[in-house]
Amino acid sequence: MTLYIFLTLAVISLITALLMVLSRNPVHSVLFLILTFFTLAGQYILLNAQFLAVVHIIVYAGAIMVLFLFVLMLLNLSRDTEPQKSNLWKLSGAIASGLLLVTLVGAMRGGIALQIPEAENPGVGLVENLGKVLFTDFVVPFEIAGILFLAAMVGAVLVGKRDLKI
Amino acid sequence: MIDMILLYDFVLIAQKAGLIVTVFAITLGVAAYSTYGERKIAAFMQDRLGPSNAGPWGLLQPIADGVKMFTKEDFIPNQSERWLYILAPGAFIFVALMTSAVIPWGTTLTLGGLNMDLQVTNINIGILYIMGFVSLGVYGIMLGGWASNNKYSLYGAIRASSQMISYELAMGLALIAVIMLSGSLSLRTIVEQQTGFGWNVLYQPLGFILFFVCALAECNRAPFDMAECETELIGGYHTEYSSMKLGFFLFAEYINMFISCTVISCLYFGGYNFPGVDPGWLGGLMGPIVLFAKIFFFIFVFMWIRWTLPRFRYDQLMHLGWKSLIPLAILNMLLTGLGVLLWGK
Repeated sequence: MTLYIFLTLAVISLITALLMVLSRNPVHSVLFLILTFFTLAGQYILLNAQFLAVVHIIVYAGAIMVLFLFVLMLLNLSRDTEPQKSNLWKLSGAIASGLLLVTLVGAMRGGIALQIPEAENPGVGLVENLGKVLFTDFVVPFEIAGILFLAAMVGAVLVGKRDLKI
Repeated sequence: MIDMILLYDFVLIAQKAGLIVTVFAITLGVAAYSTYGERKIAAFMQDRLGPSNAGPWGLLQPIADGVKMFTKEDFIPNQSERWLYILAPGAFIFVALMTSAVIPWGTTLTLGGLNMDLQVTNINIGILYIMGFVSLGVYGIMLGGWASNNKYSLYGAIRASSQMISYELAMGLALIAVIMLSGSLSLRTIVEQQTGFGWNVLYQPLGFILFFVCALAECNRAPFDMAECETELIGGYHTEYSSMKLGFFLFAEYINMFISCTVISCLYFGGYNFPGVDPGWLGGLMGPIVLFAKIFFFIFVFMWIRWTLPRFRYDQLMHLGWKSLIPLAILNMLLTGLGVLLWGK
């Protein structure tokens, strides 16, 4: 049962991810990416990580993608006004992403055995356990990430202030 | 043995299905009659009669409105993004309806010897689930406004979405204080901790006011109905919509209002708890009755505010959100943290 759900979600996420890349209209791309995020959230739920799934939806689908959509709508890109990239750009893009694919496949073949710590403890992804792990074992990376976000926020405010006198 | 398990599963699934259908029907019913209530309350406040012709006291007015919506011409503008234009109202109402899944309507209902949990699902991140769907609500508005290919629609959509994003932050911060007090994200646990008169509003008065203002803004209700302020934007994001697609948009707003009032009742006013009343009375029906009394009171307050206060200007709205509500919410969070640290929960 779990396997079938996993396979369904995986197929849908692959299809929507491809459609995201292939669709001509940027707004459609954003919508397909949101669908991909939903299938990924489904995968998290299959791994008993409810909290991660919901935060994934809130942060990515609910906030970041809304901002993307916002910018796209304000720019209102249409086929006539959209700057067309030259063939050289397209070729270099294809080569760069192809190299990335080769690197990823190579790394995977080297064998990263992903240990999924579940089975015996179904509560592994719940908020309590996640919080405990974050504030004990991983407290330094967690705090560093927090400072990084703070710095980004301060930077955004600075950029946003037009008439700033330093 | 296996038969017994299968039977048990079947009963559980049947119960859940029944509950889902009931909640769905009640949500739609409350939303439909909110339109009637809104018009009656508006009429009362403006010294008019309000709807009075359809049925006794105009009680059949929502049905008449529904028939009218269904029989109007369904118009799709030529220059629109056809599929997104059709998708948007559906997405909006779908998101609005999904939120009711985690709300505890009561304790357990005893029906003919069977015990039935009055909550569709008790996931342990219930309140985050609601926040997640609230944050998705903006897509329906944005897509509808953009796909119509009308500048007024686009203005309405952009205003609505920036308003919703801004007020979500203060809402989330106000919510954190409640979660600190209860130590749980499950709505069932949060409600259970407020038995008797231990309502969260007594410990979180500032948090409640913040949450309430943000809920008004999230529902696009007056005085924050920037998205569709008629004097500036015609109808806002649903200017180009007609027939039941327009109906879906309007209906979803009333559903959002109903769900907001439910969440406020559950988070701050004890949900199905009332001092001196056991939610288990009447075979468990007392819980839902108490909860719905609170919900209807808050729906009334929402309408009262709408017909009393004038609309904010757009920059005032953003100033209120970013420069007043968010700092206050952070202050509230710090004070709550201090209180929890000093006196425990």
